[in-house]
Amino acid sequence: MSISLEMLLLMLGCALVTWVPRVTPFILVRNIQLPDVVLRWLAYIPVCILSALVLEALFHAEGNIVTFDWLNLAAFVPTLIIAIWTKSLSKTVIVGVITMAILRFFF
Amino acid sequence: MSTHLNVNASTITTDSFSQGIKDCIPTLLGYVSIGIAFGVIGITSNLSVLEIFLLSVLVYAGSAQFIFCGLYVAGAPFSVIIITTFIVNLRHFLMSLTVAPHLTRYSPLRNIGFGTLLTDETFGVATTKVMKDKQLGGNWMDGLNLTAYLAWIASCTIGGIIGKWLPNAEDWGLDFALLAMFSALLVLSLSSVGKSKLMHYLKLIALMAILLYVLLYFLPGHLAVLIATMIVATIGVATEK
Repeated sequence: MSISLEMLLLMLGCALVTWVPRVTPFILVRNIQLPDVVLRWLAYIPVCILSALVLEALFHAEGNIVTFDWLNLAAFVPTLIIAIWTKSLSKTVIVGVITMAILRFFF
Repeated sequence: MSTHLNVNASTITTDSFSQGIKDCIPTLLGYVSIGIAFGVIGITSNLSVLEIFLLSVLVYAGSAQFIFCGLYVAGAPFSVIIITTFIVNLRHFLMSLTVAPHLTRYSPLRNIGFGTLLTDETFGVATTKVMKDKQLGGNWMDGLNLTAYLAWIASCTIGGIIGKWLPNAEDWGLDFALLAMFSALLVLSLSSVGKSKLMHYLKLIALMAILLYVLLYFLPGHLAVLIATMIVATIGVATEK
């Protein structure tokens, strides 16, 4: 097993551009007192970003018109029901993965 | 709220490393499935197990690692791979900005540590904790972060080894673990906002669906996610009572 210098540099480049956005706010916030309206705005970020990530996976944007990703949508419905019912991360993931495996087996 | 996770998080308010590990455990299944899926896909994208290991140590971001494989196997230039990784992970800036104000009492070095290991999932667990306890502890954060990080590296590497032995392992639905985990984290976040605010949030999510649909016509998915999040959060502040 070996790794080329080129590949290592590519990975380090990707690591750097991932690390900077993650760490910068932790440095910034120490030196600046964020105004109240920004803190209120930030309180909306968790629900907004999580719903955006979920919804984005349910859309299919490769053709001329944006449609639903039917396979993901079909697996999403039982997954969401389990999430609301159990409020458990692990049970939701298990049901989601099994549902998707069954769907891929048939379609 | 009668689940095991919620009882644990609300009864113990002291800042302990071991409680951070415990609160990470429910997300581990998600990490392990996605990590294994990544390892398998890494092998099919002509990466070696060592490269899969290094990528999960250095980049430590599920979606970016998948996209890395996709672009690498398609022979994209390195500049394109690096710029795409940057855009895909730019949402972490917003996540760090959300978590950081709760941890300013710790040293700069520890804050760099919190930021370095922030991911979608630890962000989800940490913000759920903030909504319930109104505070975050540094030891708890380290316990959560280190457990998630080590589990991720281990599962990616094991996935790579599995991928060497089992072709077509990606048909098993493991990639759906990411979407399932985001869904569960969303439901957990919503269940802790309180009844009076829930309707407001549900309307914002409906708006998010429409906005995202429109944005996807002229933006790649990850940019659409970022821009839609900022717009909807702004509308959230403007319309709150």
